[in-house]
Order: sequence, then C-alpha cells, then structure tokens
Amino acid sequence: MSATTTPAATAPRPVSPRPSRSGGTRRGEAGAGWLFVSPVILILGTFLLVPVLMALWVSFSDWSGRGSPLSPNVSFIGLDNYAAITTEGLATRDFGTALRNNAWYVLLVVPLQTALSLFLAVLVSRRILRARGFFRTAFYFPSVTSSVAITVLWMFLFSFAGPVNAIIAWFGGEGPNWFRDPRGLVHVALSGLGVTSGPDALTQNTALGLSWWDWLAGPSVAMFALILMAVFTTSGTFMLLFIAALQNVGYDLTEASMMDGANAWQRFWRITLPQLRPTLFTVVTLGLIGCWQVFDQIYTGTQGDPAKTTMTPAYLSYTAAFGNNNWGIGAAIAFILFLIIIVFTIFQRWALRDRPVSRRRIRAYQSSAQRKGAAS
Amino acid sequence: MKRHTARTLLATGGLAVVTALTLTGCGQGFEESPAPSASAPAGELTSSDDGLTIMIGSSGDAETKAVQDAVAAWSADSGVDAEVIAATDLVQQLSQGFAAGSPPDLFYLSTDQLASYADNGSLQAYGDLLKNKSDFYESLVKNFTYDGTFYCAPKDFSTLQLVINQGLWEDAGLTDADVPTTWDQLASVAEKLTGGDTTGLVFGGEYARIGVFMAQAGGRLVSEDGTTAEANSDANVEALTYVQDHLKDGTFAYAADVGAGWGGEAFGKQLGAMTIEGNWITGALGDYPDVKVTVAELPAGPAGQGTLQFTNCWGMAADSPNQQAALDLVEYLTSADQQLAFSKAFGPMPSVQSAADQWKSDNPDLVAFLDGSAYAQGVPTNKGASDVVTDFNAQLGSLKTADPKAILDSVQSNLEAIVG
Repeated sequence: MSATTTPAATAPRPVSPRPSRSGGTRRGEAGAGWLFVSPVILILGTFLLVPVLMALWVSFSDWSGRGSPLSPNVSFIGLDNYAAITTEGLATRDFGTALRNNAWYVLLVVPLQTALSLFLAVLVSRRILRARGFFRTAFYFPSVTSSVAITVLWMFLFSFAGPVNAIIAWFGGEGPNWFRDPRGLVHVALSGLGVTSGPDALTQNTALGLSWWDWLAGPSVAMFALILMAVFTTSGTFMLLFIAALQNVGYDLTEASMMDGANAWQRFWRITLPQLRPTLFTVVTLGLIGCWQVFDQIYTGTQGDPAKTTMTPAYLSYTAAFGNNNWGIGAAIAFILFLIIIVFTIFQRWALRDRPVSRRRIRAYQSSAQRKGAAS
Repeated sequence: MKRHTARTLLATGGLAVVTALTLTGCGQGFEESPAPSASAPAGELTSSDDGLTIMIGSSGDAETKAVQDAVAAWSADSGVDAEVIAATDLVQQLSQGFAAGSPPDLFYLSTDQLASYADNGSLQAYGDLLKNKSDFYESLVKNFTYDGTFYCAPKDFSTLQLVINQGLWEDAGLTDADVPTTWDQLASVAEKLTGGDTTGLVFGGEYARIGVFMAQAGGRLVSEDGTTAEANSDANVEALTYVQDHLKDGTFAYAADVGAGWGGEAFGKQLGAMTIEGNWITGALGDYPDVKVTVAELPAGPAGQGTLQFTNCWGMAADSPNQQAALDLVEYLTSADQQLAFSKAFGPMPSVQSAADQWKSDNPDLVAFLDGSAYAQGVPTNKGASDVVTDFNAQLGSLKTADPKAILDSVQSNLEAIVG
C-alpha cells in the first residue's frame, strides 16, 4: 500500500510561481499595492483619463459650450461632427488644408531634425573636440528657450526688411516676404520650370475638398520658415538623447572594426548607428508626435496666415472650439489627429524593428569568408 | 470614541452640504426654467445681491483705467459691487466661463461672436429693455439683432474712411479740392502719390478693408436681412476688378506687400500716402509724430457712397445672477456723457446719436468717421460667417493674380451653406 502511495507523496508538487493571494504573511500586499498606486491612478484618472473620455464624448455630441457637456440637454449625434470635417463644405476644406500643411511640415521636420541632432551629437561626442561643454550648451540652448520667445525672434528675422532678407540681398538675391508668402515651394519650383498649372488628373480630382494639385503644393514659404525654426529649436533636445545613447555604445566594437579596416563612414553606418536604433525610435516617435501637434508657433506667430498655409489641425481644433463654439468639431479633429499619430508610430515601429539577418546577406558573408579561407 | 464623533460630524456636515446644494440647485432650476434667453420681458431679468464681474478685451492701460473708473463710479452710486477684469484672451476666457456655468456678467462682444453665443443660449437678450434704446444708431442696432431679437447695447463703433498723409499730399502738388469723390479720382490721385518707396493707397488685404469698394459698388456679402447670400453679384465683381486693376498697376498695394503689418503701420512709415482705416488709427499714429493726417470720406463708387462699420457690444450672460443691475450698468456706460468721457480717454466713437454733436465739436478732424454712419454697412453676423470671411481673406491675398469672379463664387457657395 505504502509502496503505491510513496511516489505520489514524494513527487514534487508543482510550485506556483507566485504565492496565493490569501496565503500567509503575504496577505494584504495586494491591498497595500493598490494603496500605493492609488494617488497616481487618481491624479492620472482625474487629469488625463476623464478629460480624454469627456472629449471623446464631446466629439460625438452636440455640446455647444454652455454648461456641462454631461448635462441632459446635450445629445448624442453619432458621427455628425466627423462627417462635417470629412465630407464636403468649408469645414472639410479647412481640415484638408490643415492636414496638408502639417503633413509637409512632418515630412520635412522629422528627417531634418533627426539627422541634424544625430550629426551634432556625433560632433560633440568626439574625443578630440575642445570645449565640448560649450558646444553642447550652445546647441541645447534653443530647446530651453520658450517657444514664444523664439517665435517672436523668428518673426523679426524673417520679416520683409529683416536680417535674413538683408543677408540674401547682400549676396545679390531678393528674399521673399517670408511670413506673407502663401506659395507652395513645390509650386514655386515647378513654375520656375515653366509649369504653372497642374494636369487635369491632379486639378480635377479632390480629397477632403482640396485638389491633388493643391495637396502637392508643398509647404508655403511661410511654413518653410516655421520648419526651419522647428529644426533649430528641437534638434538640441534630441541631440541630448543621442549623446546619452552614444555614451552607451561600447568602443570595443568600433575598435574591432578598425582592425578589420573599416573607414570612419563605415564604422558610423554599420557599427554605431545600428546600436542607436532604440534611441532613433524614441527620437523619431517624439518628433512625429510633436510635429503633428504643432500649435504654439502658429498661435503666437502666424495664426494660420498667409492664406491658411500655416494652419495646422491642432490650431484648427482650437479655433473651431474656442472661436466658433463648434466644440464637437474641435474634439473630432483632435481625435483624428490622435489616430494619425498612433498610425504613424505603429508604422515606424514596424519599419525600425529588429530584423533577422537576411539570407542574402548571410550567403554573401559566408562566401566571402570561404574565399578568405581559401586564400589563406 | 473621539474618532467616532469626528466621523459623525463629517457625515452630518456632508449631508448638510449635499442638501444645501440640492436645494439651491432646485431653486435655480425653478427660477431659470421659465426664462428663455430670447425676448425676455422686463420682469424676467434675474436680480440678487451678487456683485458684478465685467470682462473686457482692453486695447491698453488707458482703456482699462477708463472702464474701471466708470464702473467704480457706478458702483459707488448704486451700491452694487463690481469688478473689471481685463482679459488677455477674451474669446477663450469667455468660453471657459460659459462652459463652467460662471461667466462674467457683462463682457465685450464682437459682431462675429454674437450668433454662436446667442445660438447656444449663453446670451441674455436685453436690447428691448434699454431705456436709451432709441438713441442708438439704427445700423448698430441691426448689427446686434439676431433672429429678430436685439441682443445687446453697442458700446461704440467706427466706420472706415480715407486717411491721407497731408505732407505727401502737398508734395505731390495736390490741394483740398483734389480729395477724391469718385473711383476715377481716387485712382488718379493714387497714381500721383505713387513714387519711390511710397504707394498711393495701401490697405490690408482683407474683406474688412476691401469690402468698402464692394459697398460703394452696391454689393454686400449677405443681404441686409441676413437671409440670402449675394457674394458673387456683378457689383462685387466690379469692385474686386477695380481693386485688382490698381494692385496690378502699382498705385494700390496691400500692407503686407509693402512690408507692414497693417494699413496704419504702412501709413505711419510713409510706405503708403493714403490708407483705409477706422478711427483707431489716431492712437497708432502717436508713434509717428512727423505724419500729418487728414481724414476724408471715401469716394463714392458706381452705386454711391459706401463703407463698413465695426462695433462691439456689452454682452450679458444668461447665467448672470444679477441681470437687473447689469442692465443698469449698461445704461450708465452707454449714456452720452459716459461715452464722451471714454472717447476722451481712449478714442472710441459714441454709439448714441445724442453724443454726436458734442463729439464732432470735440474732434473736428475726425468728423468723417462719424458721418460715415449714415451709409455704412455692417459685416455679416450669421453663424459661421467668420469662417467664410477668413476663407475669403485667404483668397483675397492673391487677388492680384486671381480671377475675382472665381473668388466670389467660392465665397458664395460657402455662404449659401450657412445662411437661410
């Protein structure tokens, strides 16, 4: 009898990876845990989750800005607010214009600021550079200055008779009337080639109330000045992230590649940059989010002028809600913006994922190794 | 035991608070529910011992102080507490107040904001209760009438007129007899005044300036009763074509195109010999003491004289607990004496006819601005009109090269979506 029971008794019982909730001295830990996180949950809930949910509700409601959005005289109107900015009419064209402007802004600012900040970080991380601290501070300085102050500075620099145009005039050119010039850069370039109106395929077909020819207009001259400003102010912040990442890149791999005869460019491109990928992801993500939300430069600087070419969805959302009491439409714009940012972030997460080494590359590596082996 | 008492006390207190809140809530509900915001007769204005809050979008210290002094004088007289707040961003602060249910009792309200606030019931219409109602200019009353209800008392106004740089005028060999009275004369003096850095006539490239030519041609954006869009009328096309012709030949220019922020700045810097502005330009010209100014009425167009007028009113909140006192304050602030005092302090033009003669004799150089009230038209006040005007302005920026008819057609289709 005992023989049959012994193995069962001695068999190791599966040990639960965590203690059971009700058991022994650990009892009450869960409660304590909740107690400790409750201040954060409360604060985030009150100031983040509840407002976001309320805004979501407003985007589906006909709330007109008087009294609480949760009061009984506010009713659910389904997707009407979303339809107003995506089907037809002035509101749709405004939204399309804002998206167009911001898309060009993102397209130029994100790559430029990422490249520039990486370049600056590599520069100031060089061991032989003197006065590194000075340069780091100098490059970082625009980031800590308030964007309002920089906008005012920029309006002055790029005014019609301002320093930038004076410099251009000194070189014999004639600068544009920067913040008053609504022409798109792509259109300007094309008209330089003699193309002033697009083919019918582009001008006759529209998306969001805007013809494809207008979608392809490029950022206006005014928006371009703002793009330069964004690159100028944010590259310092991202430089800091890259510097931190560069300090974590071990020197041994670089040294090993030197032994293998890699030149400076190859060392950067094949050794350093791949190790910076997590930081690159952070920088591009932060850049994308920041660029799609651009507001303060527009609010303090151009207010959407000239000809709405610096209007962005964030600013449009503000004017729709606060200026025209179209709170539902304002909230709807904000949530579409939210979706856009999420989609972009997912996309670039996918693009920057860690890929396994491709077969082709493995074969190339193997064959070259074989050749080397044969040669020796 | 001690703890127990504390808890009981808390509970009792809480219950008391909740009860009090519920009761006041109910009380308010009963008081408010029969008071529709539109066309409320005299008996239905709220009345209480509460003090008043007045929110203004001030042009500067002079205006803030003048309003504060006037309100303080009224407060001492009536015994009702009143506080003036100069908003940094009036529209935004008002929106917050309305959403929170605690808006200022009285506030500056522009014509393009009227419709959206009236529509959502934020405004108390009190125009018909004003004792001095008949004293206001008829056209101003029309500006603040929405859906047949006269909402609020205009606090001041200005029309646009032709502002001339006397020095440049005389340098070009022109005399008082040459002040233009027709479009052709305007074009010819503009041509004579153009030379060097100076353009004959410089104004902002927006509807709020170019609209005067549309008025002179007999056009409007929205019909006078506010029910039909008539943006692409022949009169408007004629007006825009006239402006376009002279933008092209270089005798007219937009302020932005000569490197100035607005017409007044271009005028002060002598980049333009003439401009089209309202009486607020006199304040701005303090920065340019060398410029001597003459104000003349704008020339008549094919359909006679025409100009635009701009005005603000004293908006009253529907949620205000003491509207009776607010009405009293508005009557005080819009009285002829008080408006003349404001005029001395920071330059606005009185909105009541009984102050006109006194104002004209006080400001003999600016008489043209007041004379314009006889033929001035207001800007569209339909809900959503400000968006359409913004879009119109965006297109007017490139009027020089664009097709006037195409611009006006797009404005027409935008307007048709919001009127009628």
